[in-house]
Amino acid sequence: MLTRFFKAPNPFDPSPGTKMFSYLILGFWSFVVIFPFYWLLVTAFKLPVDVSSGPKYIPFVDYQPSLHAFQELLWESGNLVTRPYTNTVIVGLNSAICAVVLGAMAAYALIRFDYRPKPGLVVTFIGCVVLSIGLIALGVAWQIAVLVAIAVFLLLAQTIGKRFKGTMGNNDIFFWLVSQRMLPPVAVIIPIYILFQRFGLLNTHAALIITYTAINIPIAVWFLRDYFQAIPLELEESAFIDGASRWQVLTRIVLPLAVPGLIATFLIVLVFTWNEYTLGLFLSGADTQTMPPFVSAQNATRGPQWWNISVLVLLMVAPLIGLAIALERYITKGILVGAVKG
Amino acid sequence: MQAERSNMTLVDVSNRKPRSLSQLWESSSKLVLLLPAILVVLVLSIFPLIVSLFLSFTRIQLVRGGFNVTFLGLGNYQKLLAGTEQRHFLGKLGEPSLAQWALLAAFLAVMLWMLTQYARSPGWRIFGLVMRTLAIALAVGLFALTVFTLAEGGLPGTLVVTLIFVFTGVFFQYLIGLGLALLVTQNLRGKRFFRVVFLMPMMITPVGIGFLFRMMVDTGKGPFAPVWNFLGLQSISWVDTPSGARAAVMIGDIWQWTPFMFIILLAALEGTSREQIEAALVDGANRWKMFRYIILPQIAPVSITVILIRIIEGFKIIDMAQILTGGGPGTATESMTLYAYNAWRTQDFGVSSAIGYILLFIVTFIAMVIVNIIRPRVVERL
Repeated sequence: MLTRFFKAPNPFDPSPGTKMFSYLILGFWSFVVIFPFYWLLVTAFKLPVDVSSGPKYIPFVDYQPSLHAFQELLWESGNLVTRPYTNTVIVGLNSAICAVVLGAMAAYALIRFDYRPKPGLVVTFIGCVVLSIGLIALGVAWQIAVLVAIAVFLLLAQTIGKRFKGTMGNNDIFFWLVSQRMLPPVAVIIPIYILFQRFGLLNTHAALIITYTAINIPIAVWFLRDYFQAIPLELEESAFIDGASRWQVLTRIVLPLAVPGLIATFLIVLVFTWNEYTLGLFLSGADTQTMPPFVSAQNATRGPQWWNISVLVLLMVAPLIGLAIALERYITKGILVGAVKG
Repeated sequence: MQAERSNMTLVDVSNRKPRSLSQLWESSSKLVLLLPAILVVLVLSIFPLIVSLFLSFTRIQLVRGGFNVTFLGLGNYQKLLAGTEQRHFLGKLGEPSLAQWALLAAFLAVMLWMLTQYARSPGWRIFGLVMRTLAIALAVGLFALTVFTLAEGGLPGTLVVTLIFVFTGVFFQYLIGLGLALLVTQNLRGKRFFRVVFLMPMMITPVGIGFLFRMMVDTGKGPFAPVWNFLGLQSISWVDTPSGARAAVMIGDIWQWTPFMFIILLAALEGTSREQIEAALVDGANRWKMFRYIILPQIAPVSITVILIRIIEGFKIIDMAQILTGGGPGTATESMTLYAYNAWRTQDFGVSSAIGYILLFIVTFIAMVIVNIIRPRVVERL
């Protein structure tokens, strides 16, 4: 009792007035956020007549909730809904894992190693990648195309590669990677479509997984670079002095320490792929259609059937919110934006 | 950064000659770790960019058993910027009112003032001056186009609509996100609850939000119908007027993406140094001073980065507008991405690619201005 009396007030405790004000604003925004979710939930249990006869707010009071929409979509329609749903799960999980793994590797490498690629070498390398893809697009077998490109690269690397002066650094690589997020999907979608067609990947999960991995690697690298930067270098150094290999350091020290960052990045990337619409619309066929284009198509057939659409949106968002609640403590610890570096 | 580099050589064993398998791995790990990510991104960006550029110079006609490619040169771009699609893409100029002229003049004056400031600073260079002049010319051009097409008798094209969506959206998302993050960093009960709840809108697919807000703004059968009834507006539909439709799309966008700003700014605020804030509290600094001189400088770099990311992402807006309003009424809410998608659907691949390229050009330009000009200035000044 006495100690509590003499303890200095915590300077971070807000005054009662501030507290009131804060709760008022936070409460208001909570309402703004929750109300549409509430509306989604109650609409999912409505019969068509409950929707068309004006707004009904409270189940059991305003109207009698029914499982009509769930029944129609999940039991009576065969695999109409379950197929796009499984597609979304497969594509979302796979590409989120790929993006986090590749992004983590690249982010760690950009922090711990010193890259000094020569501009000439970079130009040659890009030229050869383009050459090999171009050859494949023209109908050359991919094994041959890759071999030709490697041969041309090895030849040119000796000559052009050493011509240009100056070097690029890790930051240049980082900015290039992050800048790839700038490409609007519509600017690149037609060639990607042609590319996957040539590879015979059109209308497969692989096409979507590869594309989503590529567009999410920049985000993963951006988040994880800050996170790896916060891991003290001394830990790794002492492990190296004790004779650990790079692989051991990575799997035993760095990755365990980075778990919150990896989980937060995974969740954000998963949300992006799960909800992606444009690329899914262009790249998926009837068998591989993901949920967003499927939901969007609901509009076209018989006008918006709010009860069905609500069920679909609810089914889509439920696992993500579940994950977010389950992983809440990782999200807040896992996003670590270098306050000074940005 | 430099200090870190010299430290790094201590652990960098990649230059040793490989003697065993594990050492081979050791020496190649430098490339093995980085290259996969680079390759995946490179294959799906460089090649499509080149092909798209080519497509934007051509007209492709699907014929039986294949397609005909006609080379048009800059024909597609000309069509968009000066030809038959000009009205659709750039819009129709109106007669600005006096206030709008004043706004335009003020914007121009600020830009020119900033340019003279740079020219007078001791560190100015010719290259920097030329780039800044170009940047200002383009910024003034886009701003003037926005003002003129929004004026009396004007009609904004998809370019202006996209700019309005992006900048209004990002502005409100940042303000609301920062405000909420500042409130949540206090020692309050129920912090965890607010954190999870505020994150939720980000989890819904934009397509779903499009439908959701179509229900919300329904004045007849939506949840706010009694309010509209009370105001006597029940017969007016939001999505039938250009400004109402735009507002609906922007509200949906702000609702969805404020969480992204919120979570990143919250992380940044929780990373600010507590000692400085405590010292300022002891010195009796008031709330505003504390925010302006201690907190804001620390979160400024993160703020710029997150604003940049949202601007980049914002330019891709398509699903919300397509579902909520279908781009209408007319083309009042048609974003550039939606325009390109519609062109693609009518098999006008050349125009579709050209729109994509113009979009890419504008986004790159804005991103470069933010990274090279605005960011250093803000970080240095605050």
